[in-house]
Amino acid sequence: MLETLKTLDLTPFILSFKLAGLTTLILFIISLPLAWYLSQSRSKAKPFLEAITALPIVLPPSVLGFYILILFAKVDLAFSFTGLVIASCFYSLPFMVQPLQGGFEGLNKNMLEASYLSGKSRLTTLLKVALPNIKPALLTALIITFAHTVGEFGVVLMIGGSIPDETKVASIAIYEMVEIMDYGTAHIYSAIMVLISFVVLLSVYVFNHTQKKIGGFH
Amino acid sequence: MIKIDINKKLHGAKGEMDLNVNLEINEGDFLALAGKSGSGKTTLLRILAGLESSSGVIHIGDEVWQDEKFSLAPQKRKIGFVFQDYALFPNMTVEENLLFVQNDKALAKQLLEVTELSELAKRRPSTLSGGQKQRVSLCRALMNRPKLLLMDEPLSALDPAMRTKLQNEILTLHKEFGTTTIMVSHDPSEIYRLSSRVVVLEQGRVVDDGLPKEVLLKTNGSQKFSFEGELLELIKVDVMFVAIVAIGQQLVEVVVSPMEAKGLKVGEKVSISTKAFAPTIV
Repeated sequence: MLETLKTLDLTPFILSFKLAGLTTLILFIISLPLAWYLSQSRSKAKPFLEAITALPIVLPPSVLGFYILILFAKVDLAFSFTGLVIASCFYSLPFMVQPLQGGFEGLNKNMLEASYLSGKSRLTTLLKVALPNIKPALLTALIITFAHTVGEFGVVLMIGGSIPDETKVASIAIYEMVEIMDYGTAHIYSAIMVLISFVVLLSVYVFNHTQKKIGGFH
Repeated sequence: MIKIDINKKLHGAKGEMDLNVNLEINEGDFLALAGKSGSGKTTLLRILAGLESSSGVIHIGDEVWQDEKFSLAPQKRKIGFVFQDYALFPNMTVEENLLFVQNDKALAKQLLEVTELSELAKRRPSTLSGGQKQRVSLCRALMNRPKLLLMDEPLSALDPAMRTKLQNEILTLHKEFGTTTIMVSHDPSEIYRLSSRVVVLEQGRVVDDGLPKEVLLKTNGSQKFSFEGELLELIKVDVMFVAIVAIGQQLVEVVVSPMEAKGLKVGEKVSISTKAFAPTIV
């Protein structure tokens, strides 16, 4: 057992976290204006945008993977880490947009108007007033996006394949261990995933609980 | 001189309504806006602030805020707005709430001193009482030295003692800054104490406009005292009836004859009035 631990290849985890970290960062930058727009808009285009944003939740990952693969074939991004990051951004988009949008929608409208009447632009209001007052929603969005990207399997398999040190992330590695019946390594990999995921989720809930208690938001 | 001539179709609880207001307000005036809920008072304030669209013109002195083709963004109108629910920024301290509007430390200090909030400057809004929050909100509204101060029922969520205290502070600040002010209020005593002019809206139209004394002291014919109240109960006592009537927060008993009692129904709005008598005030 100790021998297995010593020789354990941790690269798949490092890849998984690198992928999830990058995806979360990119999605945060893209989703912030999108979620803000959706929360404030009364336009007729809003339901269409919302439906498109939510698609990755209901579509089988194979459908998403298939289309992205066709798209990538033309620009030569398939089976590369970059391609994986882009595909993950599509796949995890709703997990970033929806909590942020919910947070913004829950804000006191008068408070935002008070900021406009103080002469502040929409951007200043978003960054200085809206964002600091949705901390729990913000944390949920970041963590869930990160965790969801770590946990993805179907899209990664179709877009990334399983190239060691390039696209072989933890979930794929576990799948391969099971296929070659290396249950010992599969056990350890899986246990690490369960542990990390649990700690991450627990910290989110603990944080949100204390925020509610001190009345930091409503 | 502030000139307002606006028009907007509203979809209220009673169907469609035309908000049609034509007003001229002198600079430095304190105008109270009264009327039943749904009469368009809040919408009028929001139109003045640029938060809602309407057709018509709004001129503030020689500045045009709105005409047929153009509407100035709320950011550029230099308006102070006090919301009923305070609408403070929870992520900032009291002082930061004020400085967010305008980084003018001297003005912030002065405002906090007038409203006796200096000691709370470093506190977050969530730790303040309702009265304190509304004072912060009032200070914040004055931070950009507004041309027009709009208040939407600023004191209605506060208890009577706090209300009186804040009325005095509003009066002090109004005298000190000379800001033209429009305040929505339901409270006759508040309107009487603060305002120099009352405009009453009904169904989107101005139905009364004048000095608080003229508008509020409504007496028909030779009646000296007249109160509106709700009839709670009619009790038969021997050959007479005693009516229990709620006037504001107070209950009163009135003796009525069986003939009069016949015309009364429990739950109805009634008017109690009396002619010549010498009341005592203690």
